[in-house]
Amino acid sequence: MTELDDFRSEARTWLEAHAPASLRGVRGGELDGVWGGRKAVYTNPDQKRWLDVMAERGWTAPEWPREYGGGGLSRAEAKVLRQELAALQLPLPLIGFGLTMIGPTLLQYGNEAQKREHLPRVCRGEIRWCQGYSEPASGSDLASLQTRAVLDGDHYVLNGQKIWTSYADEADWMFLLVRTDPTAKKQAGITFILMDMESPGVTVKPILLISGSSPFCETFLTDVRVPVSNVVGEVNGGWTVAKALLQHERTMIADAFGGGAGAGASRGLQAWARHSLDFEGGRLADPALRDRMAQLELDTRAFLLTVQRSRDAAKAGHAPGPESSMFKIYGTELNQRRQELMVSIAGPEALGWEGEGFSPEALDLTRQWLRSRGNTIEGGTSEIQLNIIAKRVLGLPA
Amino acid sequence: MTLILSEDQELLAKTANDFVREHSPVSRLRALRDRSDPDGFSRDLWKQMAELGWVGILLPERHGGADMGLADLAVVLEALGRGLAPEPFLSTVLLGAELLSRGGSEAQQAAWLPGVAEGGRVLALAHQEVGSRYDLRRVCTRAERRGAGWQLQGEKIQVLDGHVADGLLVLARTAGHERDASGRTLFLVPSGADGLRITRQHRIDDRNAALVAMDGVEVGEDAVVGAVDSAGDLLETVVDRATAGLCAEMLGSMTRIFELTLEHLKTREQFGVPIGSFQALQHRAARLYMELELCRSSVMAATRAADAAAPDLAGLVSLAKARCSDTFLLAANEGVQMFGGVGMTDEYDVGFFLKRARVAELTFGDAAFHRDRWARFQGY
Repeated sequence: MTELDDFRSEARTWLEAHAPASLRGVRGGELDGVWGGRKAVYTNPDQKRWLDVMAERGWTAPEWPREYGGGGLSRAEAKVLRQELAALQLPLPLIGFGLTMIGPTLLQYGNEAQKREHLPRVCRGEIRWCQGYSEPASGSDLASLQTRAVLDGDHYVLNGQKIWTSYADEADWMFLLVRTDPTAKKQAGITFILMDMESPGVTVKPILLISGSSPFCETFLTDVRVPVSNVVGEVNGGWTVAKALLQHERTMIADAFGGGAGAGASRGLQAWARHSLDFEGGRLADPALRDRMAQLELDTRAFLLTVQRSRDAAKAGHAPGPESSMFKIYGTELNQRRQELMVSIAGPEALGWEGEGFSPEALDLTRQWLRSRGNTIEGGTSEIQLNIIAKRVLGLPA
Repeated sequence: MTLILSEDQELLAKTANDFVREHSPVSRLRALRDRSDPDGFSRDLWKQMAELGWVGILLPERHGGADMGLADLAVVLEALGRGLAPEPFLSTVLLGAELLSRGGSEAQQAAWLPGVAEGGRVLALAHQEVGSRYDLRRVCTRAERRGAGWQLQGEKIQVLDGHVADGLLVLARTAGHERDASGRTLFLVPSGADGLRITRQHRIDDRNAALVAMDGVEVGEDAVVGAVDSAGDLLETVVDRATAGLCAEMLGSMTRIFELTLEHLKTREQFGVPIGSFQALQHRAARLYMELELCRSSVMAATRAADAAAPDLAGLVSLAKARCSDTFLLAANEGVQMFGGVGMTDEYDVGFFLKRARVAELTFGDAAFHRDRWARFQGY
């Protein structure tokens, strides 16, 4: 314990010495969420300074090895660091798919050259990544993907279309799945490859969602030349890499909803109730809404306890189970239920799209509700996750 | 609070599960029912459970107990729940003995607790009345001073293990009106007392319950447990802890019926394939699995909060009871449906789980009651 205590006081001293004053106590606000990359826009110059100083220390990716730009911390030390960041209410210096998805995958499957080329640039926030998995005809049935990669000397030539590419219009590199052997059985002919988005032949078109925002894009690939050395893992062996990355993606989504569905969110719900509903004798007057609120809060608490239990088990050395599918389903459904309920509670105030007569909070609520409907689709639908639980956890026959 | 079992608890769970597999499959409860056993449980097995240290697990060592926690007892209760064991843990260990060890006098403890710990004596809490539902404040039974003691008048219903109990802890009103928080007092009444009429009741789950009618029952001042007029805090703490224990038992029962259902899905064939290969059933099973996992986390949190006497104990108990009430019933209903026609027969065990699910749900508050209680704690 003493070594951890030493690390805690060292981390605290260092953070207090290096964190820009303007970022202290602002966690959870609009200064959160620096994605980095060549096109990064910083609303406050201190965000960039914060990113640089943390990257220099290796603490944008605390658990990655030092030789690749990480902090080389143990899991326990990384937890202490997170706690100290939270104690000072400091925003994370950097977020994104480089840290959560491609980084862990490269550490697992990348060769030495790939790790040295890409991981430090992720840690420093220089390169922003996007994910090229889904195609118009390959959603849940991902392995049916048709984007072709044909060998031409020391390059592959890519042709096809990716869809639902999150933030492709802001990303610098894409990790994607391509078909390198059209004659092999579905999964067997797929290769995992890394592509610079500035390569000639890449076109990106944002997709307007029902919520009015465009977090996803279509990405068109026309004779895009990608070096053979960008293949991760084996040629035609990309499905193994793809599945490992999906595991990281589900964990990321589960983490996001595991944290986001916490007490803060629940206060949001209660705050809406106090704003919009009648109270009589200290009780919410509408018993039906009261019951729905309690049900949601209880389910949220039980969910968070289950996330904690899984982490406690991992810490105690138990092999991680297939929790990520469960957390993906339950976390996203909880978020949807919360958004639905908040709209019900807000009432007609939640019907505004833009303009006068609606508060910014109500407009935001409405957009969040619309956006949340996608939570159970993106990153593997709930139905696909239920299939995974049925087969891998419960052992039900195919 | 760490939500994993300690090594000792893992060991205890294994011992308890082996014991239940060997001595207490559901067929034992069925046999007790079929022969209309006058005790409704096995005194011999109860004795064995006491020898294993389970009956006195919460009691202090000086009264023959093991001085362990509710999180420890929970792994035993979970195992017993798997076999729907009808032994009087809830009435005697979680309610009666807890009330005495937390609120009773030294003399009351010395007179009763060693007998409980060795598996000899059974206790019961007589609190429920016609119309009181889950409201512990709603007490009509009166106790009035008579000379140096008290005289009790009233009727209690569905007293768990009432007809096999050696001593009853009777909740009576000594002041105020029917729904007042104050003015409630607990009395320890021997089951042979004059004026006490105990009649066995038969409920759907084949566990023991009784009507307890008191017509001028006389007890001394030494029968008062805790302080006169102020049983409220003691009672609420003990009932919360007991409810957490009940949830652990429910967790074992729902886990078992889910396992039986999965086994059926894997072996029952229709259209030439196991019915568990159908996606409609797979998804229902997968959803039920998630609900069970959330139950387990809630039960672990509630029992650990009880051991830590945490300030949010009551909230965590409501969380566990709301969740276990709904999920046990869901698991049992899904069991009947997925077993199909045979799930409706008395010959199969599914029905025993369904009936127990309903009784456990309506003991110390159903899910709606506990959601409302949670909302009250939250200030809405």
